[in-house]
Amino acid sequence: MMNTISDVPPALAPGFDQPVFDSIKVFRVVADAMAHPGEIKRIDARPPAPAQLMPAAAALCLTLLDFETVLWTQNPHSAVSEYLRFHCGCPVTQTPSQAAFAWIDSTMNMPPLSAFIAGDPEYPDRSTTLLIQVKSLSNASGVRLFGPGIRESIYLDVAGIPAAYWRELQASRAAFPCGIDIVFIWGERIAALPRTTQVVM
Amino acid sequence: MSTVDLSAVSRRQQWMSILASADRDALEVVCRPLGDLIRVRCQWLRAPETGLVMVRGRIGGSGAKFNLGEVPVTRCALRLQIEKNSSTGAAWVQGRDVHHAELAARIDALLQIPVHSEHVYGQVITPLAAGRSARRETAARKAAATKVEFYTLARESLAG
Repeated sequence: MMNTISDVPPALAPGFDQPVFDSIKVFRVVADAMAHPGEIKRIDARPPAPAQLMPAAAALCLTLLDFETVLWTQNPHSAVSEYLRFHCGCPVTQTPSQAAFAWIDSTMNMPPLSAFIAGDPEYPDRSTTLLIQVKSLSNASGVRLFGPGIRESIYLDVAGIPAAYWRELQASRAAFPCGIDIVFIWGERIAALPRTTQVVM
Repeated sequence: MSTVDLSAVSRRQQWMSILASADRDALEVVCRPLGDLIRVRCQWLRAPETGLVMVRGRIGGSGAKFNLGEVPVTRCALRLQIEKNSSTGAAWVQGRDVHHAELAARIDALLQIPVHSEHVYGQVITPLAAGRSARRETAARKAAATKVEFYTLARESLAG
């Protein structure tokens, strides 16, 4: 008989403990982070996801993804893709320009910003939101951010983001209202960079 | 992922269908002799939740799909660990009966563990399948008795 356990994906873990309340709490944090670009916020929910997903990344994915949001990941056949497909029901794509969300597991092999979609002037919301896992986040130094939601300016240091990436990001601001929104994720912490934020090196 | 064995998939689809369409009380009765096997501690991958599913049917004269209406459906997924064997079971059951969904998912998980599969299949699926075909036959017989042939009318053409 072939229908043995080995046919079952090995690492299917549970999602949120309390799906409704946990996703409401996480949504509140990410909304707050988007309203205050660059500020580092903490997400308390820790779903028991595969290890490659940082806790905040797992919480964000479970909150934001559903059957209508196409997800791009570097490896569509990983345990993470299986986990998110099971819990969120989201389609997984290999084409970055089709993605509503992109989960980027490390800054090492990040595609350029131009690989993703920035929306079009009639529908600027049809753009990709990047969830980028990084090695550290700090407000002590780094690039300076200006724009709505920021009093004067704020510093944000994101480990592993090359200067060229920041330049590409700042250049893309000319296309507003089109643009790409980013959430940087470090363990349980997140910092958001919506398309309204200007980056000065 | 390894290649999927289609016969195992269709076998599983078949028993999941039988479990879902079974009467809750009938399911409980056939599960009782399983004893502790049916009460093994489980880990919820997705706790039972009820939602609505749009049912579409080819109910028009020309056979086009039509939104018939929404039905409540309860689904759940769980993982069982019995000695060295672990197994994942899932269930989608019409209605809002959380317990029915849980039982169906537990049986689905047990059926995927080779050492228990045959025993559980004989104990649970065989009688439920027999009950289902008997029910279907009765329904078909009753429906057939009401069939009327309108010899004076032509059937609606498929061309529309």
